[in-house]
Amino acid sequence: MSVISSALGFCFNLFEPVFRLGQKWLGGSRIGWLFVVPNLLVISVFSFLPIAVNLVYAVTGGVNLLPTERPFTGADNFSILLQCRDYTDLQTCRTDIFWRAIFNTVKFSLAQVALMLFFSLVTALVLNRKIIGRGFWRGVFFYPVLLSPVVVALIWKWLLQSQGVFNAGLVAMGSQPMEWLLDSSWAFFWVVVVSIWAHMGFYTLILLAGLQAIPRDVYEAAEMDAAKPFRVLSRITLPLLMPNLIVVLVLVMIRAVQTFDEVFVLTGGGPGSATTFIVQYIYQTGFAEQIHLYGLAAAASLMLAIGLMALTLAQLRLSKAGEAGKTRK
Amino acid sequence: MLNFLLRRRGRSRLHWTDWASYAYLLLGLLVMFGPVLWLVMSSFKTESALSQFPPTFLPYSQKTAMVAGHEQPLPLFTVKDEQGRSRELAQVRRIGIVATMVDPKQPDTEIRVGINERKPVNELKFASGNYTELFGKFAFGTYLWNSVFITVVATLITLLINSMAAFALSKYQFTGQKTVFVMIIATLMIPPTIILVPAFLVVSGMGLLNNLWGVILPAVATPTGVFLLRQYMLTIPDELLEAARMDNASEWRIYWKIVLPLAAPAMAVLAIFSFMWRWNDFLWPLIVLSKSEHFTLQLALNSFQGELNTQWHYLLAMTVITLVPITIVFTFLQKYIATGIAGAGVK
Repeated sequence: MSVISSALGFCFNLFEPVFRLGQKWLGGSRIGWLFVVPNLLVISVFSFLPIAVNLVYAVTGGVNLLPTERPFTGADNFSILLQCRDYTDLQTCRTDIFWRAIFNTVKFSLAQVALMLFFSLVTALVLNRKIIGRGFWRGVFFYPVLLSPVVVALIWKWLLQSQGVFNAGLVAMGSQPMEWLLDSSWAFFWVVVVSIWAHMGFYTLILLAGLQAIPRDVYEAAEMDAAKPFRVLSRITLPLLMPNLIVVLVLVMIRAVQTFDEVFVLTGGGPGSATTFIVQYIYQTGFAEQIHLYGLAAAASLMLAIGLMALTLAQLRLSKAGEAGKTRK
Repeated sequence: MLNFLLRRRGRSRLHWTDWASYAYLLLGLLVMFGPVLWLVMSSFKTESALSQFPPTFLPYSQKTAMVAGHEQPLPLFTVKDEQGRSRELAQVRRIGIVATMVDPKQPDTEIRVGINERKPVNELKFASGNYTELFGKFAFGTYLWNSVFITVVATLITLLINSMAAFALSKYQFTGQKTVFVMIIATLMIPPTIILVPAFLVVSGMGLLNNLWGVILPAVATPTGVFLLRQYMLTIPDELLEAARMDNASEWRIYWKIVLPLAAPAMAVLAIFSFMWRWNDFLWPLIVLSKSEHFTLQLALNSFQGELNTQWHYLLAMTVITLVPITIVFTFLQKYIATGIAGAGVK
């Protein structure tokens, strides 16, 4: 304990003179600048500067990392990514894996959103009932949220491996064991299942907070009128929960589009490119392949950024519409 | 007892929807905890037990016995002889479908048995070898140290600079203050996945590739952290600060000795989140740290599972060690985490 307090004291003494000096120089409340400088420095160097540099990468080619050494190529990177001879057939695209990654990401996000909303809503509704040990049950559903994506992937890889528990179940029921992650459709299915397993608790918690904010007297009034439970759900609970549902919808969407870690460890994007998503494409193109094509990766990032921005704008629109709808009533 | 537990105010009997709810929760318990429990149990199995099919939930392993004349312990089997009596025999060797066995009490007489007529003798045994061997076989201590170092240092820096920014944004009025706040919050819109290449350039330009600081620094200014702390500090009355100024305290002293201690609950929430973000971080370390001596636990796990002959017994033990700290955090600090998420939508 004394070590900690002396360390804290040391830290205090370290910065005190700096701020005394700053106070003399800046005077008054301009000293506030001194407090925000470290934070600003970090976000300028590691967030805003990269955004600008990303644009440079997107319009230059070659394999050099230094932007000044890279030849200007205009929109080449984009045409390499996007050009297809025949847009009805992905095989004819110059970078068919990019298209496949987009296609997979969209498919994954849609599946995620629908299933995640359904399961987290049902779980939140159940947890919001008068049940014994609510804290415990809430924890049960929340626990996987805290696990690292790598650990999540390994847990499921262990269950799904050829001698794993799922195959034992299959054999016990008299069928043949499967290579779950070596079949395209099954691999995609499990990737969706694992993501829902890992993140459902987070959204459940948001929805549960929303449910608990609904005033009790609304329900009491409904009980007076002897409303059927289903009617209470569809006419009271869901409309009042709408703002939270929209938040969840958009958060799931934004995060699903950026999925990487779990899938990368679980399937490596395979079999073939069945579970390769857009972030993995960026990672592979820019960092994992023999030749690091930074330009292509940056161009793909830019398109991802545009997609995310569109989603965020959609969120603002939706929540505004939701607010307007509420006030009209 | 059950009756007492299930007794409810108002209605005397449980409605069918109550039964359905508990059924759903129990199913949830199985689905959410089952996989983790299975992993933990598996990590206590020996290598040979892991390769058995169908797998068992509890870690059984074959019993062995030391037999005179043999240096290694021999695996034990039960064998039924002609009279239908079963005996425990140790297997010396196996050729094709015939196994040569001995009775541990009479090590000199060898008995030949068809391999279908013997059954392994299993005992429940938690093998800790997977764990203890980790430290000798791999640079496991290094990975653990790297993870701990990154997590602790990054969390400390995050707490320091985020609370400083939050202090300035909540307790001063200075020109450009709004712009600063908007800039910090705007970084929420820049997920790391969309600036991978240029951020890599910046880090490599600073000479921080294959350096733990290259993982620590880029993400220490968290917008959610500043937001969370600012909201909390706004509730601290300004009169306290004014009183200290009367006593001629420096602004740093006011921040350090008055505001920080009062903001402790919010700092705790941010500390927990920072701890989880850093411990679980994967994509950015994967890009910055390419030499195995700098690997974090997550990177080490990933690289081992990618090897052709995955040594699952070590991998499982390593996975369990990786999830232990998070599980401890979860067990004791669940309430704070729930508050953080419900309050600021942090994750």
